[in-house]
Amino acid sequence: MNACLDEPRALQLRRLLETGLPLAARPYRQLAEQIGCSEQQVLEQVEQWQQVGLFRRVGLVLKHRALGFRANAMLVMDIPDEQVDEVGRRLGQAAGVNLCYQRPRRLPQWPYNLFCMVHGREREQVCQLIEQLLAEHGLSGVPHQLLFSTRAFKQCGGRFAPPPREVAHG
Amino acid sequence: MHIDALSRRLIDRFQHGMPLCAEPYRAMAEELGCSEDEVLACLEQLQAAGGLSRVGPVFEHSRAGASTLVALAVPEARLEQVAARINAFPEVNHNYLREHRYNLWFVLTGPDRAHIDRLLAEIEADTGLVPLDLPMQQAFRIDLGFPLGDIR
Repeated sequence: MNACLDEPRALQLRRLLETGLPLAARPYRQLAEQIGCSEQQVLEQVEQWQQVGLFRRVGLVLKHRALGFRANAMLVMDIPDEQVDEVGRRLGQAAGVNLCYQRPRRLPQWPYNLFCMVHGREREQVCQLIEQLLAEHGLSGVPHQLLFSTRAFKQCGGRFAPPPREVAHG
Repeated sequence: MHIDALSRRLIDRFQHGMPLCAEPYRAMAEELGCSEDEVLACLEQLQAAGGLSRVGPVFEHSRAGASTLVALAVPEARLEQVAARINAFPEVNHNYLREHRYNLWFVLTGPDRAHIDRLLAEIEADTGLVPLDLPMQQAFRIDLGFPLGDIR
């Protein structure tokens, strides 16, 4: 998979990319200088990663709270297992739903298996949207809860590449 | 925060994808009909104001490694301390306070599931709180950014 860079450099590049591209005229050259290879090698590696689907997207990554989307609700539902595929597909296409994931229940503490994120400016607007959404999809009667976020302690990208101490042995 | 016209156009145009080339900001400027310096200044300003997390790839969880959503039921009095402890893990992102008995919600990412399991054990040992471990089983919709029309 890493035809362009050797394994340690490829990992180094991934770690750097996870924190974002430098805001400079030649961002890939800056990264190349940091890991000791050519700008061309970095670009080829990034292109290859994009082709194999390592990235969901490459672009501007925003912080919704700072941009005014302060009402962020996580809608969690307990959907019967045999219906979760169909309900998930329908809700995943609904306007206003940003994320829709199936996750495991953890009984007895946690009975919910379908998660939707809905972002908006005002709490009232998000509540209405969700009520409407549930009604439209015949879900008003399913056990569900709305978990609004009231504070962001941390908001950054995932760190998937192993830290240096773990790559010492390949 | 105030979002000027160029920021709005940059977000609108390049939130979902941007040119992959040696001089991406120049290419973006050409598409928008402005200068590279204007693009860079605008991005720096957005970042300083807190509206821009970064520019670059969002990794696909399933390809890039392992991840899970974690919830902790933290007693009110310990919230600041536990949240700070959780934030200190580089593998933690999107750590939020939510209105629920399970009030602290965050995403753990790592190179593989074993790494996640070690982190969960460490969190439990450190905080004395039993984490809810809720890995994604199926994605019906992934976050592709915001409908910009809504951003003022």
